[in-house]
Amino acid sequence: MSEQGIEHHDYDVLILGSGGSGLRAAIAAAEAGARTGLVCKSLLGKAHTVMAEGGLAASLGNVAPEDGWSTHFQDTMFGGKYLNNWRMAELHAKEAPDRARELEHWGAVFDRTPERTMSQRAFGGHTYKRLVHIGDRTGLEMIRTLHDRTVHSNVEVFMETTVTRLIKDGDRVVGCFGYRRQTGELISFSAKALVLATGGSGRIYKITSNSQDCTGDGYALAYEAGAQLVDMEFVQFHPTGMVYPPGVAGLLVTEAVRGEGGILRNANGERFMERYDPKRMELSTRDVVARSIYTEVKEGRGTPHGGAYLDVSHLDSDYVKRKLPSMYDQFLELAGVDITKEPMQVGPTCHYFMGGVKVDPDTGVSRVPGLFATGEASGGMNGANRLGGNSLGDLLVFGRRAGEGAAATANASGPVTLPPEAVADAQAEIEGFLHGSGNENPFHMHRELQKIMGDGVGIFRDEEGLSEAIGKLEELDARVANLRAPSDRLDYNPGLQLCREVKNMLTVSHMIARGALLREESRGAHSRLDHTGYSDYWGEHNIIVEGTSTQEMSLTPTPVVKRDELEALVEARKEAEKAS
Amino acid sequence: MSETIDLAHAPGPRKLQIWRGDLTSGELVEYELETEPGMVVLDAVLEIQRSQAPDLAVRWNCKAAKCGSCSAEVNGRPRLMCKTRLDHLPADEPITVEPMRAFPLIRDLVTDVSWNYRVNKQITPFTPRESLKPGVEVNEKGEFLIDQADTDRMSEFRKCIECFMCQDVCHILRDHRLHDRYYGPRFMMRMASLDMHPLDGVDRLDQIADEGGIGLCNITKCCTEVCPEGIHITDNAIIPMKERVVDQRHDPLLKLLHRTPNKGRRKPPPRTETPTL
Repeated sequence: MSEQGIEHHDYDVLILGSGGSGLRAAIAAAEAGARTGLVCKSLLGKAHTVMAEGGLAASLGNVAPEDGWSTHFQDTMFGGKYLNNWRMAELHAKEAPDRARELEHWGAVFDRTPERTMSQRAFGGHTYKRLVHIGDRTGLEMIRTLHDRTVHSNVEVFMETTVTRLIKDGDRVVGCFGYRRQTGELISFSAKALVLATGGSGRIYKITSNSQDCTGDGYALAYEAGAQLVDMEFVQFHPTGMVYPPGVAGLLVTEAVRGEGGILRNANGERFMERYDPKRMELSTRDVVARSIYTEVKEGRGTPHGGAYLDVSHLDSDYVKRKLPSMYDQFLELAGVDITKEPMQVGPTCHYFMGGVKVDPDTGVSRVPGLFATGEASGGMNGANRLGGNSLGDLLVFGRRAGEGAAATANASGPVTLPPEAVADAQAEIEGFLHGSGNENPFHMHRELQKIMGDGVGIFRDEEGLSEAIGKLEELDARVANLRAPSDRLDYNPGLQLCREVKNMLTVSHMIARGALLREESRGAHSRLDHTGYSDYWGEHNIIVEGTSTQEMSLTPTPVVKRDELEALVEARKEAEKAS
Repeated sequence: MSETIDLAHAPGPRKLQIWRGDLTSGELVEYELETEPGMVVLDAVLEIQRSQAPDLAVRWNCKAAKCGSCSAEVNGRPRLMCKTRLDHLPADEPITVEPMRAFPLIRDLVTDVSWNYRVNKQITPFTPRESLKPGVEVNEKGEFLIDQADTDRMSEFRKCIECFMCQDVCHILRDHRLHDRYYGPRFMMRMASLDMHPLDGVDRLDQIADEGGIGLCNITKCCTEVCPEGIHITDNAIIPMKERVVDQRHDPLLKLLHRTPNKGRRKPPPRTETPTL
C-alpha cells in the first residue's frame, strides 16, 4: 500500500464507530491485549449515543428489590414480541447490572436513591423501575466516561475518517479502506478482526431523531462482505418527537417525560392511551404508543401541528427542570414552549433499528470470519420492538463481548494483508465519486430516498405501498452508479461524504422494504394495514437477509433461535399476559 | 406553544454571510434563502450547502444541541448553529457565520479542534481510592455509595457537550495563543468534576496549577457567558480551584505542618508532554 502512497495502518482489532458500543468494544479489545484502532466518522464524543436521554436498563433492584434478570429478560422478550434472539436477551439481562456498576467505577455519575445507590426510573414496558440515569442526558454521561476510558486504554483513534469498503482476503475480512474527511487523503487498515459498531440508519427517513452519521454504513458494508442481516423490517418509530417548528421536526422528546409522569392527550383533551393500553397507559411499549398517536392524528384528533399533546405542567416545576433539564431547554429555545406551564406537541419519529447484522450472541462474530458487529449495528437482541433503556445496556454488554471476541480471534491469527486488487477497487469507487462521468447529485438522491421511505415504508405499511416503494428503490439502483459529488475538492467535501452514504442507505432501504413486504402480519414496530393481526408462522420466524447486490437480495424466513432453559420463563410471561 | 413564535419575524427571505476559505485566504460570501418558521442557523447553512454551495464545509452531527459539533461565530458571538434561531437574530441585517478563531482553520466553518483532545488525554482520569469503606462508600455489590448532593455538584460540569466555545472565547487561548500553557475553561471544568468526585483518589493540584495553568485565567467569565449548557464555569469550577491552589501552595500553616488536606489522594504520574496547538 505504502508504495502506492496510501496511508496504511495495521491492527489486531479495528473498531468502526465511536458510539457506546464501539468505545466499549475498543476498551475490551485493548484490555485483552490486542493492538486496537478505532475509526469514526465524526469527532470523538459526538456519536449518536450522546442523544440517548432516558437511561440504561439494568435490574440492580435498587428501587424495586424484587427486580432481577429474569424479569428483565421477560420484559425484553415481551417487548420484542418474542422474536428476539433468546440468548442475547438473556445475556443482556444478566450482564447489564455489572456493566452499569463498572461504568460507575470508570467515573460515570448517575442520580442516587436516598440510600445513595444508583437511582432507577420507570420506563415503557419495564415491570419495575429499572433505568439508571442522570437527569435526561444519560447517553452523554456514558459516552464521556467511555471516551475517557478509551483514550487512556492505549487505543489509537482516527477521527473524521470514513470507511467506504471492507476488504476481504478470500472468505475473511482483513481490513478496510476509506479516506480522511479533513484532507480527502485515502487510508487503508489491515486488521485481524474488525468490529462494526456503526449504529443505525435513521437518515433514510426525513423525520428522524438520528444524527447525521446514522446512514446504515455497517449494515451495507456487512451485506456487501457476505454477512447475514436479521429482521431489518423492524424500524422503531419513537412515539414522541417534536413536530414543530419544521426545522426540528423529529427531534427526540425523551420517554423519560412519560416515565416521570407526563400525560398524553389528543386535541379534544382525551387521555387516549386509555383506549389503546389501559393497563400501561403512557408507559406502554413504544410501538403501541407510536401507533396510538399516529391513529389519533389520522382520525382528526391531532394538535394544530399534527401531533398529540404531552403534558408535564401538572408536575412541580422545579422537579421538571431537575429531572428533564434538556427537554425544558429544548422546547424553550427551539419551540418557544415552557413545558412547566404548557403541553408539548409530539409525534412519531424514526429512532432505532431492531434489525442488524446477525451475530453469535456470545462473541459478536458474524457469518464472515474476521467480521464482528455490536450495538445497533447488530440485530436480534430486541426482536420486533426495543424497550427504552435496552439500547444503552445492549451497547455495553455486547460491546464488551464483541471486543473480547475480536481480540480472541486476533490473538489466534497470523498477520493479514490486503489484496491489492481489492484496494484498487475501493480506491476506484472514491475516484468515481470525485471525478467520474456520473451526474447524480447525492443531496438530491438522498431527499428522493427519504421521500420513498417516508411515503411507502413508514409506520403503517401495506402491500401496495411497499411494492411501489421497492419499484422506486429499483429505479434508484439504476442511478446510484452515477453518483458524483458536486465538487471534486478533497478537503471536507460534504458531497463526497454523502455519495457513499446514499449508497449505503439505499441498500438498507431495500432490506427494510423487502422484509416489510415479506412479513405479512403486524408485530411490534412492523404494522401492516393489510395484515393487521399476529401470524403464528411469522411469530416463530426471523427474516434473514443476504446477497451481494441490491438486485440479488434474498430474504429467508428462519426459525427464532430459542433456548430450552429459558422456555419456562417465556411461557410464564405469555400466560401472564393472556390472563390479564 | 407555536402561537408564541414571534410573528414580527415571520418566515421570508434572509441573507447570510458565510465565511468561505482556508488558511491561505478567505472572505465572507453572501447567500440568500427562503426561510421557514423556527429555522435555525444550521438549517439555513445546510440548505445553502444543498442548493447553492455544495462544497461548503461545515461540521455538524446531532442537530439537537447535544453533540457540540456545530459551533461557529454567529453575528460575532460563539453559538451552536443548531440551537440558534434565525428569528432571534436581527431581521434587518445579514447574519454572519464564521468559524471559531481559537483553533486553526481547516476550511470554511470547520476548524481543527484536535488540540482539545490532546489536552484531555493529559488529564489523569477518574481513579477510585484504593480502599473504599464498605457500607459507607461502596456496598456489598460493589456499587458506589454517593450523595445526590455530590452528584448534582459534579453533574453541572458533566453536562458539558465539548462544543469548545468556552475555549474559543478564552482570552488566554484566543488572543494570547497560550495553548501550550493553559488547558482552557473546558478542561478546568473537567478537572473540577474529577476533583469533586468523593471517591476519586488522585491529587490533581499540581496538574491544575502547573501544566493546566489555572493561574493564567483572569476571571473575565467570557467562557461562562457563551456556554450553551449554562454551566457556571468560572464561579463554580475555576474560582474554587484557584482558591484551593492558593490555600495549599501558600498557606504557611500547612507548609509548616508538611501536610496537605488531600491526604489519602495519590499524586498522578508526572506528565511532561505539553499539548501545543
